[in-house]
Formats: sequence, structure tokens, C-alpha cells
Amino acid sequence: MRHSTRIAVGPVQFRIGSDWAEPIAALERLYAGYPRDEARPADATVRLFAARPWRRRLRPSVHIGGDFIVPDALPLPLSMGLLAAEMGMNLQVALGWRRHMLLHASAVAKDGRALIMSGESGSGKSTLAALLGEKGGEGDWRLMGDEFTLIDPAAGDAFAFPRAVSLKNDAIAEVAAHVDPVRLGPLLAATPKGDIRHLIPRASAIAAMHEPARPALLLFPRFGGETAIEPMGEGEAFVRLTEASTNYVALGEAGFAALTRLVRETPAFGISYPDSAAGIALVEQLWAETAR
Amino acid sequence: MTDRVYRAAPPGALRIEPLGELTAIFDRRSMQTHLVVSPMPEILEAMGVDPCGAALLASRLAASFDFDGDDDVQPILAERLDELAAMGLVERA
Repeated sequence: MRHSTRIAVGPVQFRIGSDWAEPIAALERLYAGYPRDEARPADATVRLFAARPWRRRLRPSVHIGGDFIVPDALPLPLSMGLLAAEMGMNLQVALGWRRHMLLHASAVAKDGRALIMSGESGSGKSTLAALLGEKGGEGDWRLMGDEFTLIDPAAGDAFAFPRAVSLKNDAIAEVAAHVDPVRLGPLLAATPKGDIRHLIPRASAIAAMHEPARPALLLFPRFGGETAIEPMGEGEAFVRLTEASTNYVALGEAGFAALTRLVRETPAFGISYPDSAAGIALVEQLWAETAR
Repeated sequence: MTDRVYRAAPPGALRIEPLGELTAIFDRRSMQTHLVVSPMPEILEAMGVDPCGAALLASRLAASFDFDGDDDVQPILAERLDELAAMGLVERA
């Protein structure tokens, strides 16, 4: 690879190589505030490569590669190299990580306790986590991650994976209104996932990314419709989280034990909300009333 | 109809965790997770170590379920045993 960089997000050390300089430069800007350890071996490797050597100049398109390859990963135009890098990083973690149970969920923490939000794309879990992470002053909510939450199978603690937050479509303007523009990446317009703009988490969230938090509340948000709260039984939370975990099956009994413990010890609710302000209010209410 | 006889999984093969209305069962042999509802956990518990069929199960479960002398209980239990066998949680003896 002609260009490469190393990035540590939570417990994962990435090595990212690219045939082009631009995605690497963009990543280095987004992750400038993250700790760097050049000597540490990579846990996951992401490669952005040209399909054919001559394509690099002739018609640039980025292919995603790495330790695991999804056969139908689409080649993306070079302008979306940053998105390709992000997708590659997600892929390597989702498919390759074994030290923790991986939940496709966002999380924020307060006083050493974690609020974990799981939902499909479009549920608003990322936006809620990003907005909570920007709320109040330092020392309020700590953003743990907008995409993945890691659960230690032995102790049950949640660990952060605070990659740059991937804001999509309407969430871009909503979050941008609250943050210093210096913390925003370039606008990636009209990608296969819509418009995307990255938000660099607060320095305090990055500094605390190795600190575990005790799961205290599980929420399954659904954006749209009237405000509603539905208590969720342990069985349903278990089923939903097996679906939200990318490595549940691979972990075997350790994953089973971690998940049964998580749903038994953590109150769970499904929530619906018409807009982010209502969503934030619901989250704060449930946190105050029910978090363990 | 002959009463088919089934054998429970060997001790330690299953990890059974009640989760409210559902019960999660991890089969250490196949590494599979099964989610079941009542009366599956009760059937597994009542099977004991020796092979048993629907008739024997019905008499054991009568203590905890109010069957009311219902004749339909045995065919239902036979069906549930067949389903448990299909999941690999019990086997034909």
C-alpha cells in the first residue's frame, strides 16, 4: 500500500492502507486527537485498493479489502474513500473481533454507568448518542460510540468504541448546530447511505475511551410516531440483542452467558419519539427513573 | 399410537436460563441457542435420566400442571417431544 496510517479506537488497533493519499489524509485529520502507538500490532487491517493497477489513474474507484472481504462490497468513487475506510473498519471489527461481545448499538455513559441503545439504521440511535454526548458541560454524558458497543464476556462491563460519529442526512444539521465546525469532517454528499458527515467526539470522550462502564439501561429506540415507552421483557431483549450482535454465534457459550446476564441485570425499554428533543427527554426520564 | 420413548440430553450438555416468559437454552454440543416457551422447559426438567415417553411425562407433569384428566395431554406431549427431538435437545431412545 502506498499510503497508510494506524488508528486506535477503543481496544482496536487498525492499520489502514490505501492506494491513494486522500482517504488517509482525511482519516488522519479525523483521528488526530486519538492516542497513537505505532509499535502496537494491528488487530484489524483495512485496505483500500484499486481494482486494477491502471484504474488508479484512469477511473478512480475504491475497493474495500482487509482481513475479511465481503464479495459484494461495491466499489465506491474515490471521493468516498473516507466512507470506504469507515465501512472497512466496521467490517473488520464486526467480523473479526472476539475479545468482547459486539453489539450493533450506540452508547453513552455517566458516572461509570452505560446507557446502551440498539436499533436498525434510521432508529436514531446514533443521533441520540451524538446529541447526548454534546449535552451540558464536560462531565455530563460521555459518548462511548455511535455504532458498536463492546461487552466484556467475563465481567459484563461495556467498553467504548468511539470512532468518529457518522452523521447522516437530517442529523448533520441537527448536530452541527451544537458543535464547533472544527470537529466536523468533510460533507460526503449522495453516498449509497445518503449524505454523511463525521463528527469528532469530544476530547474527554476520546481520553476516557478505555474506561469501562456498567450497563445500566437498555433502550430500543424507534424514530417517528407518538412518544411512547414500552417496558421490554428479558426474553425479547435477549432475542433483539442476539440479532444486534455481530459475533454472538462465534463467541459460543461466553456470548450466551454475557447476553443472559446483560438482559437480566439491565432494565430494557422500547421507545418511540417524533423528534430528537422528545427522544432526549425520554432518555433522560428513563435514566432518572429506572437505570440501575 | 405407540408411545415413542425419548432420552434427555446428558448432564451438562444444556445450559438452561429462564428469561421471563422465554427460556434460552444453550446446547454445548451443537453451540446452538434455542428459545422456547412453556411447557418445553418443564418437559426437559421432568424427563429425568431414564428414557421416557408421553404417558410417563403426563403423569410426572400432572403434579405441576392442572390437566384435569384431559385425554388430549398425551398426544400434545408427544408432539412437543418430537419438536424437542427435532431441535436436538432430546433424542429418540
